[in-house]
This record gives sequence, structure tokens and C-alpha cells, in this order.
Amino acid sequence: MTATLHVSVWRGGAAGRLVAYDVPAQESQTVLDVVTYIQRHLEPALSYRFACRVGMCGSCAMTVNGVPRWTCRTHVRRVASGGRLELRPLENMPVIKDLAVDMSNFFGKWSRAHGAFAPMAGLGEEFAKVAPDSPERQAASAGIECIGCGVCYAACDVVRWNDAFLGPAALNRAWTLVNDCRDGDGAARLRAVAGDAGCHACHSQQSCALHCPKQLDPTAAIAGLKRATAKAALWGKL
Amino acid sequence: MGARGETWLWILQRATAAVLAGAVLVHLATLVYAVRQGLSAAAILARTEGNLAWLGFYLLFATAAALHAGIGLRTVLREATPWRGPSLDGAVLLLAVAIAAAGWRAAFGLFA
Repeated sequence: MTATLHVSVWRGGAAGRLVAYDVPAQESQTVLDVVTYIQRHLEPALSYRFACRVGMCGSCAMTVNGVPRWTCRTHVRRVASGGRLELRPLENMPVIKDLAVDMSNFFGKWSRAHGAFAPMAGLGEEFAKVAPDSPERQAASAGIECIGCGVCYAACDVVRWNDAFLGPAALNRAWTLVNDCRDGDGAARLRAVAGDAGCHACHSQQSCALHCPKQLDPTAAIAGLKRATAKAALWGKL
Repeated sequence: MGARGETWLWILQRATAAVLAGAVLVHLATLVYAVRQGLSAAAILARTEGNLAWLGFYLLFATAAALHAGIGLRTVLREATPWRGPSLDGAVLLLAVAIAAAGWRAAFGLFA
């Protein structure tokens, strides 16, 4: 590895520009370390988000050399070809400033996809028994570890050309709830995720699955929603 | 169009795709057979006239093609252009009816 990293960082809003910084290269250096170095030593006004630094909170995602990634768990040596890094804000979300994007539409779509658990049973009733090896529990488990980082949303071409599309993360969340036997939202959620803004707009290109830092497969979740909505429509329950 | 309508269009699109996958193979095999055997138009008509199986096959084929093309074109136009709503739905419906009518006319032409 070269002793100095040549880092270009997006500065400004949507109409900003790339600004070059030289950052000392170190062993086991993450991309987030590089951004933090720039802010603490070279450009105190640089805006970016992070919190946990250990891949749990989902707040530090950026576009690194053209690819959406979580920066706290991305080692520089894995992605910096020739000691060069280009850091831009995530795609498909409005830029607030520098590397910070406005995620309100992204999370608003979670609500529109009925991403909140709606309990079916009343208080005082028996606990639901969920068999760990049941197909529904397995399907929910496959998608439940989403940290809401927005990488899949930034990688999705359908989001890019259809502003109303709910996106991989919100639909993945809806699929985990469709498979939750304790949830009572049923047909209302399926109606919310069907159609042009929902699962039926997905082309199964799988950029979401390719780039998800948690190695989830939102495309499979969306395929599940297509089956579930089709089944509901055929039985007259949509 | 609401969630139910969109879902039914999706189901129809998949169902007609399944029909077309088989129908196109049969159609191509028939074409290759007719060319290889050097069948004349009269010889082909002799096989299809009054044949309910061929009539049924081509009516199904034409209907599936018309529905599939209409729904598919609607999706492409909604993605690639700002055109949406009842005017688009009406336009692709008209196209689907035109394709179906042309196909049915040809099928009945071979039958009668």
C-alpha cells in the first residue's frame, strides 16, 4: 500500500464538486477512518454520518469508488485501487451536504409499506408459539437483520427511474412481517406493497442483494411478496 | 389502477408468458416442418381447414400474445415515459384488442 491515500470527497449539495485530500495510509484502516481523519485534521466543516462504527447502526453508508458501501466495515485496502478513493453521498437520495443525504423519503417508504408490527392478539392472551424451523419463521429470519443503511436503495435502478417505488429495504421489512404469525395487518399490508410502487415494479436485477452489507436478499423477499399478493388476489382477499 | 388491478395484470402477464413459451415452440416447429416438407399454401390449408385443434391453438396463441404485449408495453411506457393513467391504459387496451383481432382473423382464415 502507498504511504499516502489520495482521496476525492464530494463537497456541497446536489451541485457540489469533488475536493482532493491526502490522507496518511495506515494498517487496518477503514473508509470511515479516512473520512474522520479528513474532518478532524483537514476539513472541519465536512459533513457525514456515523454512530456505532461496528456495522450495527446503518448510518455511515456512502458511495465508495462508485459502489454503495457501509464505510465503517469497509477496509481501505479492499477498495482503494492504487491508493485512490472517491467518496460521494449515496445515490437516489437528496444530498443535504457533502456525504450526508436526506433519508426521510427512504424511511417514509417503510411506513407506506406498513413496516410497523401490528399486533393481532389482545393483552392478556397466550403467547404466540413460533416454531423456529417453520417456513414462515425461516423466511422472516432471512430478512430480519436489516440495519436500514440505505445501500440497497442507493443501488436500485428501479428506485432511480420510479420515484414512487418503495424500494428493497421497505419491501424486505414488509415480507418479514407478512411471515409473522403474530401480525394482524394481513391484507392491508399486501395492498400497500402491491402494484407499480410496490413489489410488482421490481425487475429482479438483484443489485440490492449484491451490495447489501448484511448479505440479505431483498430480491427474494420481493419475490415472496409477489407470490403472496398473487395468492391473495386469486382468493379474492386483496 | 389500484393494488388489486395491478396484481391481476401481473398474474395475467406471468400466465400469458407461460402460454407463449409453449405456443411459440409449437409455432416455430410447425414453421420449420412446413418449410422442410415444402408444403404449399394449399397443402397447409388442407391441414388446418375445419381443424378445431389448430383453431383453438391459434386463438389461444393470439389472445396470449395480445394480452402479454399490451401489459408489457404499458409497463415499459410507465417506466420510460411520464405517461400514466386512464389514457395510457386505454391506449394499450386498444392495441391489445387490435393484436387479438388480427390474430383471430388469421386463425379463422386458416379454419374456414
